[in-house]
Amino acid sequence: MRRPPYPLKNPRGVRTVRRARTWLPGLLLVAPSIVAIGVFVYGMLGWNFRLAMTDRHSTRQPEEHFVGLENFINIWSEARWHLSVRHAVVFTVVFVLGALLLGWFLAFLMEKGIKGEGTFRTIYLFPMAISFVATGIVWRWLMNSGQDERAVGLNRLFDAIGLPQWAWFRDPEWGMAAMAIPAIWQMSGYVMALFLAGFRGVPEELREAARVDGCTEWGVYRHVVLPMLRPVTLSALIILGHISLKVFDLIVAVSGKQIITDVPAVYMWVAVFDSDDPAKGATIAAYIVLAVAVFVIPYLVWSVRKEKQS
Amino acid sequence: MTAVAVRSVGRRRVTAGVKLFFLVAFVMIFLIPVYVLLATSFKPLSEADPSQAWNLPQTWTAEAWRVAWEKLRPGIWNSIQLAVPGSLLSCALGSMNGYVLSKWRFPGADVLFTLFLFGMFIPYQGVMIPLVQLLVNLDSLAGTQGVFYGGIPGLVLAHVVYGIPICTLIFRNYYVTIPTELIEASRVDGAGMLRTYWSVVLPVSGPAIAVVIIWQFTSLWNDFLFAVFLTSPQNWPTTVMLNNIAGAQATPYSQQMAAAILASIPTMVIYVVLGRFFMRGLMAGALKG
Repeated sequence: MRRPPYPLKNPRGVRTVRRARTWLPGLLLVAPSIVAIGVFVYGMLGWNFRLAMTDRHSTRQPEEHFVGLENFINIWSEARWHLSVRHAVVFTVVFVLGALLLGWFLAFLMEKGIKGEGTFRTIYLFPMAISFVATGIVWRWLMNSGQDERAVGLNRLFDAIGLPQWAWFRDPEWGMAAMAIPAIWQMSGYVMALFLAGFRGVPEELREAARVDGCTEWGVYRHVVLPMLRPVTLSALIILGHISLKVFDLIVAVSGKQIITDVPAVYMWVAVFDSDDPAKGATIAAYIVLAVAVFVIPYLVWSVRKEKQS
Repeated sequence: MTAVAVRSVGRRRVTAGVKLFFLVAFVMIFLIPVYVLLATSFKPLSEADPSQAWNLPQTWTAEAWRVAWEKLRPGIWNSIQLAVPGSLLSCALGSMNGYVLSKWRFPGADVLFTLFLFGMFIPYQGVMIPLVQLLVNLDSLAGTQGVFYGGIPGLVLAHVVYGIPICTLIFRNYYVTIPTELIEASRVDGAGMLRTYWSVVLPVSGPAIAVVIIWQFTSLWNDFLFAVFLTSPQNWPTTVMLNNIAGAQATPYSQQMAAAILASIPTMVIYVVLGRFFMRGLMAGALKG
């Protein structure tokens, strides 16, 4: 039999007041943050969407009118927008898969404990502490498109050891795949740390039990360890994905505002500062928010619910 | 020892050897950019030739470092003024929020926490244009010019506000591990919420404070997006100055590399000295897997 949730003898009103007295101070203490998040996150997002639905195509324009989804539709007729979306997709796929695979592989190598693990971890992780701008500066040198006698960076190194040279991020077709390399360099250590924590979270008894049941080492890995890594993989995917869709610093540091490496975040910057078109900037920003929200919101709801269950 | 056991020991050794080989190979690949940064930054202009791109300097000189430091110094000072107060304020807010959301919960606290968390993942582009407008309005409200929009206080404000979600998350996850009995005991002794916070919770918050300060300091120091939208040239932090130095055609590679290293030194030092806390901050960013 279920117990009633509160003592029935107490009249409900008295109890509510008493309870409120216990939680009200807490609410008051958090209130400034609630207001700040309400205004700066949700208010601003709403304001941005509203601006994206107006015809404010210049800051000097005296008034603005509501135009509905016009900006959201019109932008698809721009060649540059198509290009920047394509670039973002290529970058995201290469970066997310690359960082995930490399991070997983590094964690896999260290999973069983290896001499000097601390040193390896420190080295793989240190790029995380550096800004994307500094990373971009080194990699711009490394991925310089000059070839043969004008080659510096990786092209010269590749030439010396007999590998083919490449235009890197200046390659019109797959340049954005090259742009993902510095991002992979910077973030795969992080993924490694996540996976390493995941590997270590698998109880040794489980592995042992599978071995006793006649599983090979690979079988243990396939059927016991890998399924338990799923939540970590999901976290890593979400984090990498949302970094990727809003990537800005790295691209600006490597190649500036060139169209050949344009992505929505850079295009938005150009729309605001160079073309002085707030409505267009807001439209691009709204698309970036939507692209991230589509997978982050279900993830957040899922993880908060899961935490509540445990 | 049986033959099977011997073979399995041998196999394990081979596997360990192969793994070590890959680990060392990746260390070398990961360190290529570091070699390039250091080697190039000490080269004199006379050695700035493609044919010597990968060589160590023949004559080592700190000239590029001196020039880079001169150019970058105002930015570094701005970054200090930004990152130190910014991370301290974030820490104070995060600690109070985390305390309430874990130990002094009110109805709807979970929904609120989820709403906070979304703020961690929003692409800041989505708030940037209204934020600029709001800061301009704040300036005209306060009768100031270039304090909120264009100045460092405005940038601190933005970072502190958008840092609330992650800081709250780190503190909340840390405070959940404090036994509730401790809080209850303090309550029974007649201590109110603030008193309990001050005398019971805060004294054991050390590790979480370290994690949050390191995390916020690093993200404030490395931020480029907010700075580029919100600050005027005399208030540019390190990252923006660095990008401008490196973006100028006339800047030799040696200076670019030296400037990139200079800009990275504070966060690198933190990483090396306090790596353990840095890692914890990173893991918190992944929520709880």
